[in-house]
Amino acid sequence: MATSTTTVHGAGPLVGSRSFLSKLREGDEIARMITFLFAASVVLVTLLLIFELWQDSALARHKFGLHFFVTRVWDPIFDQFGALPFIYGTLVTASTALFIAVPLGIGAAIFLAELAPARLSDALEFFIDLLAAVPSVIYGLLGIFIIVPVMRDYVQPALKQSLGFLPLFSGPAYGVGFLTAGIVLAIMVIPYIISVSREILLSVPRDQREAALGLGSTRWESTWKVVVPFARSGILGSVFLALARALGETMAVTMVIGNSPTISASLFSPGDTIASVIANQFTEATGDLYLQSLIELGLVLFLLTFILNGLARLLIVLTSQRGSKVSPA
Amino acid sequence: MTPLRWRKLVSGFMLTMTGVCALVAVSVLFFILGYLVYHGGKFISWSFFTQLPKPVGEPGGGMSNAIVGSAKLLFIASLIGVPVGFFGAIYLAEFSGSKSAFVVRYAADLLNGVPSIVIGIFAYALVVLPFKHFSTLAGGFALGIMMVPITLRSTEEFLLAVPNSLREGAMALGASKWKTIATVIVPAAYRGILTAVLLAFARVAGETAPLLFTALGNRYWSPGWNQPTASLPVAIFTYATGPYEDWHRQAWAAGLVLLGLILVINIVARAVLARGIAVPRS
Repeated sequence: MATSTTTVHGAGPLVGSRSFLSKLREGDEIARMITFLFAASVVLVTLLLIFELWQDSALARHKFGLHFFVTRVWDPIFDQFGALPFIYGTLVTASTALFIAVPLGIGAAIFLAELAPARLSDALEFFIDLLAAVPSVIYGLLGIFIIVPVMRDYVQPALKQSLGFLPLFSGPAYGVGFLTAGIVLAIMVIPYIISVSREILLSVPRDQREAALGLGSTRWESTWKVVVPFARSGILGSVFLALARALGETMAVTMVIGNSPTISASLFSPGDTIASVIANQFTEATGDLYLQSLIELGLVLFLLTFILNGLARLLIVLTSQRGSKVSPA
Repeated sequence: MTPLRWRKLVSGFMLTMTGVCALVAVSVLFFILGYLVYHGGKFISWSFFTQLPKPVGEPGGGMSNAIVGSAKLLFIASLIGVPVGFFGAIYLAEFSGSKSAFVVRYAADLLNGVPSIVIGIFAYALVVLPFKHFSTLAGGFALGIMMVPITLRSTEEFLLAVPNSLREGAMALGASKWKTIATVIVPAAYRGILTAVLLAFARVAGETAPLLFTALGNRYWSPGWNQPTASLPVAIFTYATGPYEDWHRQAWAAGLVLLGLILVINIVARAVLARGIAVPRS
């Protein structure tokens, strides 16, 4: 902590109570209490959020137990609810997104951190930050009207012709579906990967690069065999961060995934994710069990992102500490 | 060892590829901006800002109710997000011990990572259910909750960036702690704090998912604070996924207005910060 509380008064052991009174008179204690209330409310709200999710899904948790996670049926009419199709959809779209976004994002981050002149790098970083600020509903809008038709008319038929023997790329091309959702998600998470990875790469000490170059490696070899491994866990952290975003992303996915609770090996198939089913069905959920099943899905999503965010932060902190330890300058 | 020429070739090729990656990533932004401006610009008109939505089938009409609705929602969100974030950050930076600071920071980071749709469920359970109907209040509450951790964490960082010599100087002159904070530290960090607030505001301005089942939507004006209200993001979602050509045109126009607003706030926020935090280097 940069600000240790060095009060002007409280010097000796005897002045404890007196300094409290004088601080109260000067308003310090009051200010402290007021700001404390605000800070405490943040903790309170967070606890309340977890409590509400837990409490309001009690009915569904008791009724279905762990079967909730392995049941394929989602039938509001007969009150049968299983989360499997949505968990599957969430995982498939998120991994498709990472499959595209990770190489592209890390490549761009390497360019910005290692190659581009500082001016260009900062300017591009500015644009990438703006890209990260574009709301997801805008991505959804572009997804529906640009990406979906392009996928249906060009990309999916082309994939089917070349790789159609794989179950991944079979079935009718609707345009909407897992693949399209994955691509839109990829576009959305690339800025996060670039931004964080670039920071991490920039924090790698200079002498690491100089040593590698001095030993006769080419520019790429010093980057790929020295700098990137040094920053490995931080880059992994940025990927986890992106994964957490992709799992929790709602609007853009809802708009392009087709919204049907199916489990299919084909990436062309329409599907549903945890977030998209909540977005679509929450207001029309009649009956307590229906609503509570949706809230339990929310709980699952919360836990998933909670774990991933924790891991991501840990990895990023570890790497930057390592960087500062090696070069005390 | 492979010959040097080959290694140099590989090096050149791979480095070019990283450049291509950067080019692709950045050109996506220009494509998005360009297409929205080009396509949305065609459908934007004065009546978009001044009229209510027309009944289905009638062309024309606007989204004045959604624009006002968004403004009301953001007003409530700021009422919650700014004070809690600001005073919470002052507690973290100036008053707290390391243990309580850890707990608050942890909670804020956790809250920041919660998917927005889950925040929507939370606001639904906490505000919509007790009041028994969807409302501006509930939507504003959801957005406010999202604003808190963003404002809090970045404000704290800017407060901690104020050099300790300023604090010591003020105290040496006999100022009490709260006076030091109010007259020295906060003014020194105000650019940073303003940036933090603006960025948080821009972030929640485009949020859609938490509004779906809190503010819901409305085709008419929403009087007061206790009724369902239209908002720009939800209107974009509803209109874009609807079946009518005319709705799609409105969605594009609304998308352009929303994106323009958010990008302008972002650029202003960064410009405020770039002019330098008014803090002398110690």
